[in-house]
Amino acid sequence: MPKRTDIHSILVLGAGPIVIGQACEFDYSGSQAVKALKREGYRIVLVNSNPATIMTDPELADATYVEPLTPEIVSQIIARERPDALLPTVGGQTALNLAVSLASDGVLERYGIELIGASLRAMQLAEDRQLFKEAMERIGLECPRSGLATTLEEARAVAEAIGRFPLLIRPSFTLGGSGGGMAENEGDFVEMVEHGLRLSPVGSVLIEESVLGWKEFELEVMRDGNDNFVVVCSIENLDPMGIHTGDSITVAPAQTLTDKEYQRLRDQARRVMSAVGVETGGSNVQFAVDPATGRVLVIEMNPRVSRSSALASKATGFPIAKIAALLAVGYTLDELQNDITRETVAAFEPSLDYVVVKLPRWAFEKFPGVDPTLGPQMKSVGEAMAIGRTFKEAFNKGFRSLEIGLSGWHGHAPARTRPRAEIEKLLRLPNRDRLPAVHDALWQEWPEDAICQATGFDPWFVRQLAQIVALEREIHASDLSTLSPGLLRKAKRYGLSDSRIAELLGDVSQATAVRSLRTRYGILPTYARVDTCAAEFEAYTPYLYATYEEEDEAAPADTPKVIILGGGPNRIGQGIEFDYCCCHAAFALQEMGYQAIMVNCNPETVSTDYDTSDRLYFEPLTLEDVLNIVEVESGIRLEAGKKFPANTSLHGVIVQFGGQTPLNLARGLAQAGVPILGTSPDAIDLAEDRGRFGALLAELDIPCPANGIAYNPAEALAIARQIGYPVVVRPSYVLGGRAMAIVDNEKALTDYMNEATAAAEGRAILIDQFLEDAYEVDVDAICDGEQVVIGGVMQHIEEAGIHSGDSACVLPPYKVSYYHLSIIRDYTTRLGLALNVRGLMNVQYAIKDDVVYVLEVNPRASRTVPFVSKATGVPLARIATQVMAGRTLAELGWTAEPQVDGFFVKEAVLPFIKFPEADTVLGPEMRSTGEVMGHAPRFGQAFAKAQMAAGSTLPQAGGVLVTVNDFDKGAALKIARDLWRLGFELYGTPGTAQFLTRAGLPVTVLAKAVAGEQAYTTLDAMRDGKIQMIINTPLGPESRADGARIRRLATRLDIPLFTTLSAAQAAVSGIRILREKALRVRSLQEHYAAGRPAPTSRQQVP
Amino acid sequence: MTALLVLADGTVCEGEPFGAATTQVGEVVFNTSMTGYQEIITDPSYRGQMVVMTAPHVGNTGINSEDVESRQPWLSGFVVRELSPLVSNWRADEDLHTYLARHGIPGISEVDTRALTRRIREHGSMPAALCTDGSKTVAELLRMARGWGGTEGRDLVREVTCRYPYRWEEASDPTWIAAPPPSSTSPHVVAYDFGVKYNILRRLTSHGCRVTVVPAHTSAADALALKPDGIFLSNGPGDPAGVPYAAEAVASLLQHDMPIFGICLGHQILGLALGGRTYKLKFGHHGGNQPVKDLTTGRVQITSQNHNYAVEAGSLPTYVEVTHVNLNDGTVEGLQVRGKPVFSVQYHPEASPGPHDADYLFNRFVRLMERR
Repeated sequence: MPKRTDIHSILVLGAGPIVIGQACEFDYSGSQAVKALKREGYRIVLVNSNPATIMTDPELADATYVEPLTPEIVSQIIARERPDALLPTVGGQTALNLAVSLASDGVLERYGIELIGASLRAMQLAEDRQLFKEAMERIGLECPRSGLATTLEEARAVAEAIGRFPLLIRPSFTLGGSGGGMAENEGDFVEMVEHGLRLSPVGSVLIEESVLGWKEFELEVMRDGNDNFVVVCSIENLDPMGIHTGDSITVAPAQTLTDKEYQRLRDQARRVMSAVGVETGGSNVQFAVDPATGRVLVIEMNPRVSRSSALASKATGFPIAKIAALLAVGYTLDELQNDITRETVAAFEPSLDYVVVKLPRWAFEKFPGVDPTLGPQMKSVGEAMAIGRTFKEAFNKGFRSLEIGLSGWHGHAPARTRPRAEIEKLLRLPNRDRLPAVHDALWQEWPEDAICQATGFDPWFVRQLAQIVALEREIHASDLSTLSPGLLRKAKRYGLSDSRIAELLGDVSQATAVRSLRTRYGILPTYARVDTCAAEFEAYTPYLYATYEEEDEAAPADTPKVIILGGGPNRIGQGIEFDYCCCHAAFALQEMGYQAIMVNCNPETVSTDYDTSDRLYFEPLTLEDVLNIVEVESGIRLEAGKKFPANTSLHGVIVQFGGQTPLNLARGLAQAGVPILGTSPDAIDLAEDRGRFGALLAELDIPCPANGIAYNPAEALAIARQIGYPVVVRPSYVLGGRAMAIVDNEKALTDYMNEATAAAEGRAILIDQFLEDAYEVDVDAICDGEQVVIGGVMQHIEEAGIHSGDSACVLPPYKVSYYHLSIIRDYTTRLGLALNVRGLMNVQYAIKDDVVYVLEVNPRASRTVPFVSKATGVPLARIATQVMAGRTLAELGWTAEPQVDGFFVKEAVLPFIKFPEADTVLGPEMRSTGEVMGHAPRFGQAFAKAQMAAGSTLPQAGGVLVTVNDFDKGAALKIARDLWRLGFELYGTPGTAQFLTRAGLPVTVLAKAVAGEQAYTTLDAMRDGKIQMIINTPLGPESRADGARIRRLATRLDIPLFTTLSAAQAAVSGIRILREKALRVRSLQEHYAAGRPAPTSRQQVP
Repeated sequence: MTALLVLADGTVCEGEPFGAATTQVGEVVFNTSMTGYQEIITDPSYRGQMVVMTAPHVGNTGINSEDVESRQPWLSGFVVRELSPLVSNWRADEDLHTYLARHGIPGISEVDTRALTRRIREHGSMPAALCTDGSKTVAELLRMARGWGGTEGRDLVREVTCRYPYRWEEASDPTWIAAPPPSSTSPHVVAYDFGVKYNILRRLTSHGCRVTVVPAHTSAADALALKPDGIFLSNGPGDPAGVPYAAEAVASLLQHDMPIFGICLGHQILGLALGGRTYKLKFGHHGGNQPVKDLTTGRVQITSQNHNYAVEAGSLPTYVEVTHVNLNDGTVEGLQVRGKPVFSVQYHPEASPGPHDADYLFNRFVRLMERR
């Protein structure tokens, strides 16, 4: 069937901010869908609150709304845009839930909007576990025994009917399985059911028979309107059932099924799709298979593009989201082309002649106190994917792609002697150290079946791992001079990195020697193509991975080209913002006539879409792997000390855009002679090296906080004494404020220094004067060596001491004087020129007591680049790329700081809902996973929108709990007074209440929630629904427990919580303005067209 | 010990031997199925061929007694990237190496199967010699490969067909594929065994047929003497032109108003019997992901295929209609005779290995027989 002509405009819903369970895979899927549908001539209206996405680039959709994804706001957009259809399947669970809500509320019917891609019934059926189970039973498929409960009593009855623990508890309609868990006993059970009932937006939980230890498989399937059906990819989880698939190591294609077993799953997936009623599009169906009998249970299905479909798309080269979007408008699979082979159609099933391994990356170190045990609720923040010809190769490549300090898959350093009991524990309990423990066990020659038994892994995988360890032993027994070419070649074919081989030979620093040795032996990587068809047809799309085989298919072109290094797996502090920049670099290079070559290993991203760049290397971002790519693309064999010829087609490598990952490689690349485009590695070093940078600031006469570098506690104490407390301490070269702290006395400093070495790996500890109560300002700018042009100046809403990544910020600044801004602009210009920056730079300032201090300069893309670009309409990363390729800003015609119309607020989104044990108070260590943007003519509105988009809508009435530390009480008074005037009821803990009452405010006193307290406490009031907003600043240690309890409960109950007074003040502005004027929506395109100059910051904020 | 695989064009692959220690010659083809190596090696259609599996890990689930497509493996050699060092499946009885060794079939692993596949794609299927016992040099193997007669015009069918007629009674295990509604008439099918896969017989039985399997050289008169309600023409190895007697028998069966259903080689033989021509494809279709469009319904099936020859579309008389085409290369995938209960498909509706999308064709055959 050709495409539908009865619809003209389509509303596409995005997934909103990056959160655990919903990451940049939905930017990938949304961008694909928007591009594909626009190319078909439809008018696309897009809503997504996340500014760091490619999909919200103004040239993608016709009308781009970076607005909160709430039914009210989207209804407003619908009323303005009147789309004919709504595509809810490419924006994750957020979009699906929103579409269900719009359909149930009658909004879609009122405006005559058709749901395409998934029907309301299909969405409800797939999400409501009871309905789903009934539907499966009707078609004769088995699901785990289970029952739904809306009360604890009902839950108990279900548990009794199933008859045994453990039981799986899953709340209905939550993201990434939030609030789910495995109850081992009655006590766990009651707590989890109660928690789940609260979390579920529909107040129900599913209690289910445990299939712990069964094999887990997923099928990524597609269906078109003509009932044509294909399986795009089968995925086997290495971790057995019981661990969320997002936290599981997964392998594609499935390795341990016979054809009979596989085809049975295929048949069942097809029947599931029909029964759920997915008429067109992609779905994911999950199965559990009993390894002893082959019994199959259907676990769940997602009637939409999912994380697994992004993985499947990258694993196979089959663009699921793009095809799903085209099927939704009426095409059938046989009418769509396979982009990779060009001559075949999309109605086929990819055949893989390689193995793909996906590994999750966690961030437990950021959340002390959080239980790192893995279970049915997803906890990982990112993932890496690796492709190899064999499982062993992909597995090792995957571990070095993770960037967790491992040179491949291996155990812990003192592995060989790790106690048996400790290994046993790590094997039994699902956790992130399980695979390293398997390595330890194998190294200690545990029998394979003991490992299978403890982990539940299929024996096939354990044998593969045992083969790796056996080979490693062989290498371990030789040395560099006796290592045979045969053994070395086998090691490379097993995916071992040069570093790992060097490590096994006894000296990790010998990686370069290993490289030279294998080069001498002619053991070089070959590149194979991901071609969807196992080489049956020629592949035109250069989507490549490295392996050690006979034949090389890289076929590099002899045209001018540039390599862009991506950011690797998402982690806190390095996520979609950097991928956004890398994509823009590719676009800019293509516009300039370069071949853009992308290197990355993150399957969730737009950068790893084969049509983002001209050539895609899906490879780990390690020096070895990148040097290999440089060699194959340049045709030059790199040798130490040999100069890189100037006349080669490879003009250089871009390391500025992928965050810390490529920057960490810059020095090694430069040493190998590889040209780095843009700011020189030396200038990067100058900005990052405390001593050199301090000298530069002194020379420029630009103030910075007093600081010093310590290598041991004694030095630290001496420096702190000189600077004065409090001080900020952190290891050098870290990302996202890892292991950063503010300490205010000698004991705390000593403790920190003793602990810090673990995170800092013996590096220097930086100590800075802490500028209390200072305002922080962030500047993104571009320098071409001749001039510096500022892209945007942002003021943080939270005061100094909160990591910039976790702080809300506003563009333009709303409280900074013109005088200070001009100083900031002047410093930025002088710093850019002095550092000889070529490309992007980000400068962080603090203003305290009328002095502007420079906190740091990063001569690279910052986390705020996409936000500034969205607000101003200026594609900073693109311009920076052009500058790096040699153009000047004058030539590009971009010489003046852009003005914006109104205010743009960026708010951070934190993952506390997934980590109920963590304290939610903000600090110097970054913990947010994503961001949203709110924009409006006035600051308060923009702030309110940002809060709404971040999931905590500011209340219009009700009670506010104020509990602040003594230093904040004065400032809190004004906020409390304003809230009271706005009609809110005030509640406070005794100290705060007393202070406010003294000033004449009526405050209800609540007891602190401390152990043994019998009186009515803060927590009781929250549970009773009396509290609609909380202002809580961290208290002294004696009251800390109370504050932490309040904050944790606020997260669970979804009560807006502000842990800084500046944010609370902003919230009050928001509430006030919401009273006066309803929120209005405006697309980015309208915003840019308005093009009025922004109000200068001298104007008072209303 | 090094195993050597030498192709007629001079390509030499060194690898690790497995299976039998011996030397064999055959035509090298590649198969892109990601599962189902057991069904592939026991498919009689591979007689005279060596199969390169594009899936890198082979042997993972071992060999079980249930998933065989005939009484023994038939291919001349098996080429894989990596042979599984262990068997992991609840139904497995033995490992691949032992099974192939027991049947005298050599295998080679640690070969760059992708490079080999690309070579075959570029230059077409070609003869090769595989030595796994170290007894032959590269030059000797090259001579053997170049001296091999090939499959064209050769009768490989007589090497794999049954010697006497027999009754088939086993149906598919409903564990693996949902049982279709039973037929009320239980029609009697005479199935010509050109190298029939068991699963065809199982599917016919599951769809309610009583099946008598007859040798390939059975004459039309002998077949009709069994009083069939329909004739089935099976898959089989090699060139349909190599079995002229089969086309002759089918041509005379076509004189009767007898439902006929052909699969793969059976389809090609029917094409020849109808006056059409067949030709050899460059590297054939061997895999489980071939998209075929049913021109009568417009729907696409993902099919299992294994053939090197195809029916030439333009060679068929006007009363023969092409009903199915391959969406990858437009080749003929199915035909039917206008006004007669006669049809055939180039692909494998019995799957095994492969998707079950085309199982409805067995039902179509049963309905044609019921209508008589």
